[in-house]
Amino acid sequence: MKEKIERIRREIGEGMQGVTTRKQLFELKMQYLGKTGAISALSKGMRDLPPEERPAAGKLVGDVRAWAEEQFAAREEELKKEELAARYASEKIDVTMPAHLAGGGSVHPVSLVKQELVDIFAGMGFDVFEGPEIEQDYYNFQALNIPADHPARDMQDTFFIGGDFLLRWQTSSGQIRVMESKKPPIKVLSPGRVYRSDSDATHSPMFHQMEGLVVDKGITLNDLKGMLDEFARRMFSSETKTRLRPSYFPFTEPSVEVDLSCRNCGGKGCRVCKGTGWIEVLGAGMVNRRVLENCGIDPDVYTGFAFGMGLERIAMIKYGINDIRLLFENDVRFLKQFRD
Amino acid sequence: MKAPLSWLKDYVDIDVSAQELQQKLFSCGFEVEELIYVGAEIDRCVVGRIEKIEPHPNADKLRICRLNCGGYGEDIQIVTGADNVFEGALVPVALDNSSLHGGVKIKKGKLRGVESCGMLCSGEELGINDDWYDGADVNGILILQEDIPVGTDIKQVVGLDDYIFDIAVTSNRPDCQSIYGIAREVAAVLHKEVEPVPLTYHMGTFRTSERVGISVQAPDLCPRYIGHYVRDIKIGKSPLWMRRRLALSGLRSINNVVDITNFVLLELGQPMHAFDLSRIADSRICVRRAKEGEKITTLDKNTFDLTPENLVIADGEKPVALAGVMGGLNSGISEGTTELLFESAKFERANIRRTSRALGQKSDSSARYEKGVDAYTTGVAINRALNLIDELGCGKIACDRFDIAVPQEPPRAIETTAAQINALLGIEVPQQEMCDILTRLNFNVAVHGETLSVTPPAYREDVDGYPDLAEEVIREYGYDHIEGTFLDTAAVTNGGLNAAQQQAARTKRALRGQDFGEIITYSFISPKDYALLRLNDELARAIRIKNPIGEDMSVMRTTLAPSMLHTLVRNIRRGNDGARLFELASVYIAKALPLAEMPAERATISVGVYGPKEDFFSAKAAFEAIAAEFGLQFGYRAAQRPFLHPGKTAEVVWNGQTIGWLGELAPDIAEQLSLEVPVYLGELDYAALEGSLGKDVQYVPLPKFPEIRRDLALIVSEDTACADAEKAIREGCKFVTDVRLFDVYRGEQVGEGKKSMAFSVTFTPHDNAIAPEDADGYVRRILKTLHEKVGAELR
Repeated sequence: MKEKIERIRREIGEGMQGVTTRKQLFELKMQYLGKTGAISALSKGMRDLPPEERPAAGKLVGDVRAWAEEQFAAREEELKKEELAARYASEKIDVTMPAHLAGGGSVHPVSLVKQELVDIFAGMGFDVFEGPEIEQDYYNFQALNIPADHPARDMQDTFFIGGDFLLRWQTSSGQIRVMESKKPPIKVLSPGRVYRSDSDATHSPMFHQMEGLVVDKGITLNDLKGMLDEFARRMFSSETKTRLRPSYFPFTEPSVEVDLSCRNCGGKGCRVCKGTGWIEVLGAGMVNRRVLENCGIDPDVYTGFAFGMGLERIAMIKYGINDIRLLFENDVRFLKQFRD
Repeated sequence: MKAPLSWLKDYVDIDVSAQELQQKLFSCGFEVEELIYVGAEIDRCVVGRIEKIEPHPNADKLRICRLNCGGYGEDIQIVTGADNVFEGALVPVALDNSSLHGGVKIKKGKLRGVESCGMLCSGEELGINDDWYDGADVNGILILQEDIPVGTDIKQVVGLDDYIFDIAVTSNRPDCQSIYGIAREVAAVLHKEVEPVPLTYHMGTFRTSERVGISVQAPDLCPRYIGHYVRDIKIGKSPLWMRRRLALSGLRSINNVVDITNFVLLELGQPMHAFDLSRIADSRICVRRAKEGEKITTLDKNTFDLTPENLVIADGEKPVALAGVMGGLNSGISEGTTELLFESAKFERANIRRTSRALGQKSDSSARYEKGVDAYTTGVAINRALNLIDELGCGKIACDRFDIAVPQEPPRAIETTAAQINALLGIEVPQQEMCDILTRLNFNVAVHGETLSVTPPAYREDVDGYPDLAEEVIREYGYDHIEGTFLDTAAVTNGGLNAAQQQAARTKRALRGQDFGEIITYSFISPKDYALLRLNDELARAIRIKNPIGEDMSVMRTTLAPSMLHTLVRNIRRGNDGARLFELASVYIAKALPLAEMPAERATISVGVYGPKEDFFSAKAAFEAIAAEFGLQFGYRAAQRPFLHPGKTAEVVWNGQTIGWLGELAPDIAEQLSLEVPVYLGELDYAALEGSLGKDVQYVPLPKFPEIRRDLALIVSEDTACADAEKAIREGCKFVTDVRLFDVYRGEQVGEGKKSMAFSVTFTPHDNAIAPEDADGYVRRILKTLHEKVGAELR
């Protein structure tokens, strides 16, 4: 019996050496531990032993069974590891290969800027009003206090349709339509296409403006400055400063030009800001009393401010675009650079 | 407006640098676009005296000069080729390492073996002519006439040591389109007094009215006309100081009388004209509208046909000047002029602009009138002109004048308070400070307790209310006092996009989700675009621009398709290998032409697609994405459009109406555009959908039992539409929730004129699970319906 067990131990030890796969290991295991295996045979052979020898023999057989199971389990564990390692090696990928991107489309930079401005001003309580592009003389000029012989009426600047109709010159025409239909408090943004007969690297015959208008009791020039400061910080950066300087528009009095500190140099002066440290971005002012009167709003009760900016100009500053024509060429290599 | 510093200094004691003045002007609303140092090109060029001239040993035409340049060297040897130099002459000397007009650099060198430590300069080499310094036009070295210390910088001698402020003047301030107007602003910002303009002159005992009669027949176009007679005219050269002023302003000196008119225009902003009275017929001047068919030949020898729209100055017979634009050749000042009539007038600016534009004739005078001239300055200017005649001693002045003016209301005082002005500004400017500022700007301020009664100066026709005063105050007080507040008094409002605006944003997002990129194109297109797309009927209904930049931007588009097509073509020509693009913009639809009421501006979506992986159905994806986003069902049916491939065109149908189209560009049009790849276009009348986009999603409960899927391969005739087969499948069984075409096959096994369509059909159970044998029954019913409706057989 003892010899048989010793032999089994030896055979298992040797057999294990030649095993390289889990299948071989399983087959080997069956030879000893299977129903008809050598160790199982030993158990069955117990019947033939005299009863007094059975306990000792039973222990020997039990020991070898436990030993064998342990051997096979350990080897199995090893082989599993080896197989996994081999699989890992064979399945290795080049992680630097390109990702599977869904295209995802693109947003025109002017739309991006418009979206961002709307978000900023909507948070301050502004509605959005989009007025007509083909306008009447009254809304584009007269109501905005642009007298009959103002240079803006020159054929060189405005596109005329005929009769009373023209292509709006500015989104300020929307101001009038809003004030005619709505009484203060008014806070409204009026974005849209505007038209001027001008075409070169910085002028386009069609471009987009965004007009902002606030009318309420006690609105001041100081409020305009505060709001534009907030706009500049959120649109560009928290370091961006604004500067007001006197200007002239027929529909505001006082009127100001608004400059932003140059993002490129932080205000020290560079090529982008032509050495001044400031970039001109928008026109603004306190709504002219006559404009309020034209809309049936009592200028002795209410005051207001308005500001208007070119969206192309903002986009050009924000994204470093140097030629306005790029915005209307719609080259996909250009468009794809702009996303939400 | 170009203002030389030296001229401003005539009227204001300027004690700051040019650069500081530039900053101060900027802060009070006068941006100096360019600060030009007149002598910027000239460096290291000084006055030298020729002490000795010796012949050149190796060249007959060269001479060796020894110069005393004071501190720069008392014995400098310079070789010159000029022959007008002499011992004792004072000349401009360009020293070693100097620079001259035109960027010329002068360095020490040898001329034919003799060392030359610089160069003697001509006027031209300094960039000047006789207007800057007498003798500068001489061919040769500029010989300086005054006794000037040697070593003096030449720029100081010839008038180049000066600055020009090129100032942007806003259109509400025509009074600052003049040297004196700027001087007033400079004085105010520097807290100085402005010197008055010299206006006095000696006059004779003779009268203007004895020599000439003046009448104004068109007072609507000529609110003020002043004529003053001057005789014993001696036409000659103007003094150097006047010529230099004109030269600094870019004008050439002509003669004393013409120079005076130009000088007054620059200094006071009032255009002046002088008529040679001996050439005025009937001794009569009449300001009137031109008669139809009248002609005038202006000083520059251009002849114009006139209409009653044009204002003229006429004598007894004919027009002698195009009012405010240019004098006539028949009445101008010449060498032989002995008596003249000075004109200082205010003409209505819109009329001057119309005449100038209509005739294509411009002048400094018309440009000035277009900006606006005030009647007050018209009166000042004539006195200044006569003062100059007197100072130059070139004529005798009559003791009276014609001054024909439409009566004007005296400037009205504006009643306001410091509190009212501060309420607009949002800061506290002290009342005294306000009064000081307004007074410095020549406003008359009377204080009665709280009330300020403010009368603007006569030349400030732009000021008519307290907000104007607020602007005057803050621009002088300083915008840097405005620090920013945040609507402390305003009511809270609820802002944001309205429903339609939010839906437009969603629409764009849905398109971006299908890889479409947004484009923005011009709203105007070319009539040729309509011809290209064979849409000439539509062109006839399109709104046209009367004054377009060019024909190709003259029609307000009624379709976005041409703009999209051009965008695709541009991308193809640039070698970009594919694109999916969309635009959301308006088309402009007139109710009738010519426009009598506001046209409709209809929001429209245009799509355009090309590229190796793209086809008709890529374009269709755009529309389906919108339908899916808003839970709409679009139908598609084969259709025709004049510019699309007849076999690859669909109409989009929704709610029983056609709301769009899509298809492949007709191959013959593609060929005209030299396109080698197919392009697909589509357009959707987005405005038609706008009312139906707002519905909230309604949740459909998830099925309690598993869904069952069956694939059906059908054989149908070639002209069976997918949509019809799909419809039949849905009709065949109420449990069908999804039908998806996944393959189309044509070939021998299917047979001629037939095709195989494979659908994947999903059945969703309602209350009980669907057993496989139930599904078999559904399929049989579906096949029966398919056979009846579209003649389909199971493959």
